[in-house]
Amino acid sequence: MLRQQFGGGNTVSETPEQLLERWVLAQSKDGAPWFAQQLDLLSLSIKERDLHIFLGLAPRRLGKADLILSSQDMKAADSALPGWQPDGWSIDGAARVLGLLRFKGARPFAEIFKDLRRTSDAAEMIALYRGLPLYPAPEALDFEVGEGLRSNLVPVFEAIAHRNPFARDVFDQHRWNHMILKSLFINVALAPVVGLKERANPELARILVDFAKERWAAGRPLAPEHWISVAPYRHDPSVKADLDAAISDGNLTEEALQ
Amino acid sequence: MMLIDPHAHMISRTTDDYQAMAEAGVVAVIEPAFWLGQPRTFVGTYVDYLSSIVGFERFRAGQFGIRHYCTVGLNSKEANNEELAEGVMEWLPRFALKEGVVAIGEIGYDEQTPLEDKYFRLQLELAKELNLPVMIHTPHRDKKRGTTRSMDVCEEHGIDPSMVIIDHNNEETAAETLQRGYWAGFTIYPSTKMGNVRMVELLKQYGGERIIVDSACDWGISDCLGVAKTAHLALESGISKEIVHKVCYQNALDAYGQSGQMDEQDWLNPPAIDQRTLFEGNTILRGGREPHIEEPAERSAKKLIIE
Repeated sequence: MLRQQFGGGNTVSETPEQLLERWVLAQSKDGAPWFAQQLDLLSLSIKERDLHIFLGLAPRRLGKADLILSSQDMKAADSALPGWQPDGWSIDGAARVLGLLRFKGARPFAEIFKDLRRTSDAAEMIALYRGLPLYPAPEALDFEVGEGLRSNLVPVFEAIAHRNPFARDVFDQHRWNHMILKSLFINVALAPVVGLKERANPELARILVDFAKERWAAGRPLAPEHWISVAPYRHDPSVKADLDAAISDGNLTEEALQ
Repeated sequence: MMLIDPHAHMISRTTDDYQAMAEAGVVAVIEPAFWLGQPRTFVGTYVDYLSSIVGFERFRAGQFGIRHYCTVGLNSKEANNEELAEGVMEWLPRFALKEGVVAIGEIGYDEQTPLEDKYFRLQLELAKELNLPVMIHTPHRDKKRGTTRSMDVCEEHGIDPSMVIIDHNNEETAAETLQRGYWAGFTIYPSTKMGNVRMVELLKQYGGERIIVDSACDWGISDCLGVAKTAHLALESGISKEIVHKVCYQNALDAYGQSGQMDEQDWLNPPAIDQRTLFEGNTILRGGREPHIEEPAERSAKKLIIE
């Protein structure tokens, strides 16, 4: 897998971990002292049972309300990690990701993550995958990320695909293309996908044109977003003839490809 | 009328069933961990099963506007496979604190073997440690003695009867279960457990205090509308609305709500994050459509068009 850098970093900005800690402490009311004490415990602990108990208790102690983030917070998030958009995270979800990051543990991160994922409830799984861009050694999570993308739980898939720079920064072309294709297939919006334009490629354009032809044959509609990743390759030899034909058949307009 | 089916193995049911339940007024279901009609032979398949009932099944129910809760436990049948049982017991504590886990269950006796007894007791201790309610499956065979024994063992372990739901009661066990202060579940399951005409008679006799009606619909010939049909039949038979509300909704909520994981607000006013991700909202609560009880035959082969 490749790790690409997009956008500029800001040397004086807070790290994502610092931001999460500040937000959760400020918004968790009565649970804040417990949370602070748990973070201290986890940073020293090698017992996974401590982590399991923390993850189980987080929504009970901190509640499941949305994190409330100002536009300044969102800017700080983007400075800390370009493309990271944590609006829509919940307090317990943010706390869980931070607890996992702080946990000292005795096994490699990816092994701990694997066990957590296979025993997680739905909300927990969403939080685990939202945290992807913050974890160490993304290559080691390759299989786990694949499992998340294959998930039948739409919100788990969206935890990876939406408002999360991990896919843009880490996915190889094959995985990227299949994430976009699956999104269209299961009616997941593309607008919140980070890096949609940067990661467009001729192979994806070809896949999407083939998919469009299947839909037309079945008499089923296409989302307008279908063409975002195709447009830059309007005149690529692999798709040009098909697109021309679709326009002359009345299935498609030139404007949709702008 | 809002209904709760506090014992439904939805993992074995189709989307048609979810639809029919939602249309009949079911707003929440509880899925007790049980066997799957045949024994598991690997610990891993049991772990994945528990992971399904805390994860995917919850999501699936949410798509139909039904809130899904579950209980986790090692059931009495599979407790007889010691190697499997030991493995499951190692993983179980990790599932007990998941979101929406409202009890340890269904546990108890099947053939009342020493191994069943051993794992029943270990799980009672786990429930006590985590302050979770317990859902008890009473045996089909030697039922009366098995039910008495289940309650004796709970008391031996210092568990408060108000934290225990004794399920699958019948005319022979009801009096003792209620007298001893337990919640008494009645399963409307055709042929083997309890019919709803008999259930209505029991309601006439006992009223609604601590009685809970469920369907236990599963992979066998069972009816996912057991609670809804019983509620309607009871009303038609002159049982008061208050009693029907208690036995088909409120008592289950009170009993399992003791876990802190089940609250009326979950379906009446769900948290924003759940609304976006896990719960589509109930059509009845949203649009006020009249509850409609669909007969399975209405899923007719005569409806020819599939789009």
